[in-house]
Amino acid sequence: MSATTAPVPTPVVVQPPKVETPFRRMASEFCESKTAVVGLVIFAIIVLIAVFAPLITPQNPYDLAQLDIMDGRMEPGTVGGAGFTYWLGTDDQGRDMLSGIMYGLRISLLVGAGSAIIACAFGASLGLLAAYAGKRTDTVIMRLVDLQLSFPSILAALMILAFLGKGVFNVVLALVIVEWAYYARTVRGTALVERRREYIEAAQCLALPTHRVIFRHLLPNCLPPLIVVGTMQIARAIALEATLSFLGLGVPITEPSLGLLISNGYEYMLSGKYWISFYPGIALLVTIVSINLVGDQLRDVLNPRLKK
Amino acid sequence: MSVYLLRRLFQSLLVMLAMSVIVFVGVYAIGDPVEILISPDADQIERERAIKALGLDLPLWMQYLSFLGNALRGDLGRSFVFNEPALQLILQRMPATLELAFGAMFIALLIGLPLGLYAGLKPNSMGAKVVMTGSILGFSLPTFWVGLMLIMVFAVQLGWLPSTGRGTTVDVFGLRWSFLTWDGLRHLAMPALNLALFKISLVIRLTRAGVRETMLMDYVKFARAKGLSPARVTYVHVFKNILIPVVTVVGLELGSTIAFSVVTESVFAWPGMGKLIIDSINVLDRPVIVAYLMIIVLMFITINLLVDLAYSALDPRVRLENK
Repeated sequence: MSATTAPVPTPVVVQPPKVETPFRRMASEFCESKTAVVGLVIFAIIVLIAVFAPLITPQNPYDLAQLDIMDGRMEPGTVGGAGFTYWLGTDDQGRDMLSGIMYGLRISLLVGAGSAIIACAFGASLGLLAAYAGKRTDTVIMRLVDLQLSFPSILAALMILAFLGKGVFNVVLALVIVEWAYYARTVRGTALVERRREYIEAAQCLALPTHRVIFRHLLPNCLPPLIVVGTMQIARAIALEATLSFLGLGVPITEPSLGLLISNGYEYMLSGKYWISFYPGIALLVTIVSINLVGDQLRDVLNPRLKK
Repeated sequence: MSVYLLRRLFQSLLVMLAMSVIVFVGVYAIGDPVEILISPDADQIERERAIKALGLDLPLWMQYLSFLGNALRGDLGRSFVFNEPALQLILQRMPATLELAFGAMFIALLIGLPLGLYAGLKPNSMGAKVVMTGSILGFSLPTFWVGLMLIMVFAVQLGWLPSTGRGTTVDVFGLRWSFLTWDGLRHLAMPALNLALFKISLVIRLTRAGVRETMLMDYVKFARAKGLSPARVTYVHVFKNILIPVVTVVGLELGSTIAFSVVTESVFAWPGMGKLIIDSINVLDRPVIVAYLMIIVLMFITINLLVDLAYSALDPRVRLENK
C-alpha cells in the first residue's frame, strides 16, 4: 500500500482476518488437482444446461407441434425444415438430438441425484442408529446391509422394477433400495470410532436427548466419508438408471432420460445411423466421468490418513 | 472347519428362505396374483376354476407354503409365452450365459493381469499412467453404450465380427456350446469383451495395488538379497502372492458378471438367461420372472458360500477368526 510513503496517513481498509474454516481448507486442497477442478467445472456446466434446458434448446423435443417428421434421421449438421441446424442430427421422429440430450440430462440428473439424496438420508440414519445403539440393532441392520450388498445392484434393481413396473418414481425407489446399504455401511464404520470419543460422552453427560446427540454431534463428524461415497453413488445411480432405461425397465417413453435416447437409436445403429445413440452416450459418459473426477479428489482431500 | 461349514450352510438356507418370502410377497401380494398366474385370455369360468385350483382363495401363509412346496419340487409354473415349464426354459439358456460370463472373466484376467503387473512394477512410467487412466475410463463407461459402439465399429463399419446371436454351436453332454467352433468364437468375442470391460479395470487396479504392496515386503527383499534374478522374484515370489486376492475377488465377481450379462445379452441379442428375463419382463411373462429370480438367488447364495469356503481354505486367518 502507499500508506507508508504518503504524508497524510490514509485510512487503511481493515481486512477481516481470514479464518481458516474446515470448508475453506477443503476447498483450497481440492483445487490442488487441476483435473478435479476441470471435472467440477464441467459438472457445473452440465447442471446449468439441465436446469436451463427449456431456455437454451432450439426446440422443445416433446412438443409434437414443433417436430417435423420430414426431418427424421437427418445427419448431424443438416439444416432442417424449421430453419435451424441440427448440430447432432435428428432421431426417427425428426427430434433434434441436441435438444433431446439437454432434456434427457434433466431426467438423468434428477433421478440420479434424487435417489442418492434419499438413499443417503435413509442409509446414514440407519448406519448411525446401528453404531449408536449397538448390540441387537447393530446386528440386524448390518445383516440386512450384508444381504443387500451380496446381490449386484443391477439385479436387485431389476427385481424391484419387475414387481413395480416402469416409472420415474419406481426407478428412484429401486435405486434407493439398491443404494442405501453403501451409505449405512460407510457411516457405521466412522460412527463406531467417533462414538467412543469424549465429546459424545460430554454430550451424553449434559443429558441431551438421544436424537440430538446422534444428529448434531455424531453425524457432523461422520460427514467426510459420507460426502465421498455420496458423490460416487450419484455417478453410479445415473449409470444404473441409464442401463435400466436402456433395457426398457426404467423411465417411461414420455420422460426420456439419456439411457432411453441411446436405446431409441439401437435399431438405427445397424444401418449406420450412429448419431442417435452416439451423442447421448457421450453426454452420459462426460457426466459420469466429471462426477468421478470430483469424487476421486474429494476422497484424497477428506481422507485423514493421507494428511500431510 | 465342519462346524464353520455347517453354520454357513445354515445361514445360506435362511437367506434363501428370506428371499423366497420377498419374491413371494413381491409377486403374489403386491401384484394381483390372478393376473400374474392366469393367462389374460381366460374367460370368467376358467378364471374361477384356476383360482380354486391354484389355491388363491386360501390365506396368504398357506399360499406361501404351497408356493414353497412347489418350488422345492422344481415346479415354478409354466411360461405364458412359450407354454413350457419356466424352470426348464431358464436352464436351457443357462449354458449360453455361463459361457459368456466365463469368457469375460478369462479376458479380464488375460488383459488385466499383465497390465496391472506392469503398472505396479513401473508406477511412474508413462505407460503405467496411460493404463491407470484407461482403467478409470473402464469404470465410468456405461457397458451398454460401449456394446453399441463395438457393434458400430466392428460389425457395421468394419464388418469383421457378427453383431448378434451365438453362431454355430456344438453339442457336448447334451448342452450347446459356441466356444468350440470358429463361428461361435467370432460371435462370442464382442459380447465377452464388452462384459469384461469393467472387470479388466478391476483386475488392473487390484494387481497394481497388490504388486506395490508386495514389493515392500521383507520376503521380497530377502529374495533379492539372496541374489535371485528379478524375473524370478517378480513371477514366483510377488506374482504368486498377489494371485490369491486377485483370484478371490474375480471369483466373487462371477456373480456380478452373470448379473451384468443381462445388459450385454440384450445389446448383442445373446440368447441367454439375461435376454430371457428382459423379454419376459417386457411381455409380463411372470412365471418366468419368478423362476429366474429364485434361480439367480440360489446361484448367488451358492457362489457366496463357495467363495467364503475357498477364502477360508486359502487364508488360515479367516478360519481362526470364525472359531
